[in-house]
Amino acid sequence: MSCTVRIASPLHSYTSGAAMVEARGGTLAEVLGDLERRFPGIRFRVIDEQSRIRPHLRLFVNLREARDLSAPVDGGDTVHVICALSGG
Amino acid sequence: MTGTLWVGTRKGLFTLRADAQRRTWKLSGPQFLGHVVHHVVQDPREPRTLLMAARTGHLGPTVYRSTDRGRSWREASLPPAFRTAAAGESPRAVERVFWLTPGHASQPGSWYAGSTPAGLFRSTDGGERWEPVAGFNDHPMRPKWILNGTPDGELLHSILVDPRDARHIYLGISVGGVFESTDGGADWAPLNEGVAADFLPDPNALFGHDPHCIALHPADPDRLYQQNHCGIYRLDRPGRRWERIGNAMPKKVGDIGFPIVLHPCDPDTAWVLPMDGQTVWPRTSVGGRPAVYRTRDAGRSWQRLDRGLPEANAWLTVLRQAMCADHSERTGLYFGTTGGDVWASTNAGDSWRCLARHLPEIYSVTHAH
Repeated sequence: MSCTVRIASPLHSYTSGAAMVEARGGTLAEVLGDLERRFPGIRFRVIDEQSRIRPHLRLFVNLREARDLSAPVDGGDTVHVICALSGG
Repeated sequence: MTGTLWVGTRKGLFTLRADAQRRTWKLSGPQFLGHVVHHVVQDPREPRTLLMAARTGHLGPTVYRSTDRGRSWREASLPPAFRTAAAGESPRAVERVFWLTPGHASQPGSWYAGSTPAGLFRSTDGGERWEPVAGFNDHPMRPKWILNGTPDGELLHSILVDPRDARHIYLGISVGGVFESTDGGADWAPLNEGVAADFLPDPNALFGHDPHCIALHPADPDRLYQQNHCGIYRLDRPGRRWERIGNAMPKKVGDIGFPIVLHPCDPDTAWVLPMDGQTVWPRTSVGGRPAVYRTRDAGRSWQRLDRGLPEANAWLTVLRQAMCADHSERTGLYFGTTGGDVWASTNAGDSWRCLARHLPEIYSVTHAH
C-alpha cells in the first residue's frame, strides 16, 4: 500500500530536500521501515531504540495523531512527520 | 605549531584557524547551523579524522564523522543506542551523545562515547557503527551508582584510556562518580575515596559523587586530576584516595568549576577556571572577575592568571568540554563561554585575548593539529 509522507524540514537532509515522499506499508512501523531503506538514518532521528516516537516529534496519519508505531496506514493516506513546537 | 579550534555550540559548529605564530585566527562556520554540538574530537592516530556528537532540538542524537579535517561530514550508520529493553525492564534511550574519546593507540578506529542518560558505547570502525558496552550499561550495580540522577539526566563523560594498557579505562558520571575498569570495560568499580559529596547524606559514600571533568596525564598515566562539583582533586595510582588539592586555592575564590586542563608534557602543571559555588551556585566567574588558576606543583599552590581578561563585570561560565590546551612549546590555552566568547592564551595562561565574540552558547572547545 502506498501513502504520502510529509517530511519535517529538519529531516530534509535525508530526503535530498524533498518535503513529500511516497512510502509503502500497512502500519506506521512499516512505513518508517520503508523510509529507512530508502533514506538511511532517518528512522533513528524520529524513533528511539525502544521504538518510541521521540519527545519533540509528532506522527499523524491523516488528521489522527499516532501514539505508537502500530497505527494502521491505508493506501492513499498521508503520514505527517511533524516537529513539535518546543525549544528556543 | 598551527592549529584549529573546533567550537561546538548550542546552535552549530564553528572553527578558528591560526597562522603559524598563533597571532591571527580566522573564524569560519557555522557548519550544521541549528544543531546542538556537544563535542568534536580529532583522532590522534589519524589526524584527518574528526568525530562530532550532535543532535537537533527535535531529532534524535547522533555522531558525524569527517575524514578530511572537517570539510565534509557523514553520519554514523549505527549511532550510539541502548539495547532493546527486555520485558519488565525500564526502557532507556540515548537523549544526547555527550562525550567522545578515541580508543587506544594500538586499536586504530576504536572510539568510546558517553551519553545522557549515562551510557557507554564503543565503535571499532572509526565511529561508523556503535554498540553499547554491556559491562557498564548492564552492570548489576548501575542502578545504585546512578540512583540520584539529575533532572536533565546524568552525563557520562571523561572516558580515559590508559596509554599503557587498552583494557584500563576510567570514566566519570555526573552524578554517579568516577569508575574504573581493568578488563576492557567488562567490569567496573567506583573510585571516589576522599572525594567530598556534600549533597549526599553519607560523607563516606562510595559512589554518587559529581565529577565534572577528569583528566589523566599522558606522560604519567598514574596521575589523575579531577574538577569535581565539590572541589579540585589529584590521585596518584596505585593509590585510591583522592587528595583535595583545591584546598590550596584562595578561600575567597574557592575550588568549584567545570573544566580541568593538563599540560601536555608536565604532569605537575594544570589549569582550572574557578566559578562561584557559594549559596545558590551561580557558577559564574567569582565576583565578576574571571581568572584562570595554574598549578605547577601538582596542586600544592595555585597562581592567578587574569591579564587580558575582563577586570570586572564579567560573569562567565565555562562548561567542562569548553577549555583545552594545544601541544605547542609555549602551551596555548583556550576556553569558550556560555555567552559565546572564545578566549586564548599563547603563553600558558600568563595573558589572554579574545578570539571571537557573539557565538552561540559554547559547549565544547577542542584543539586539532
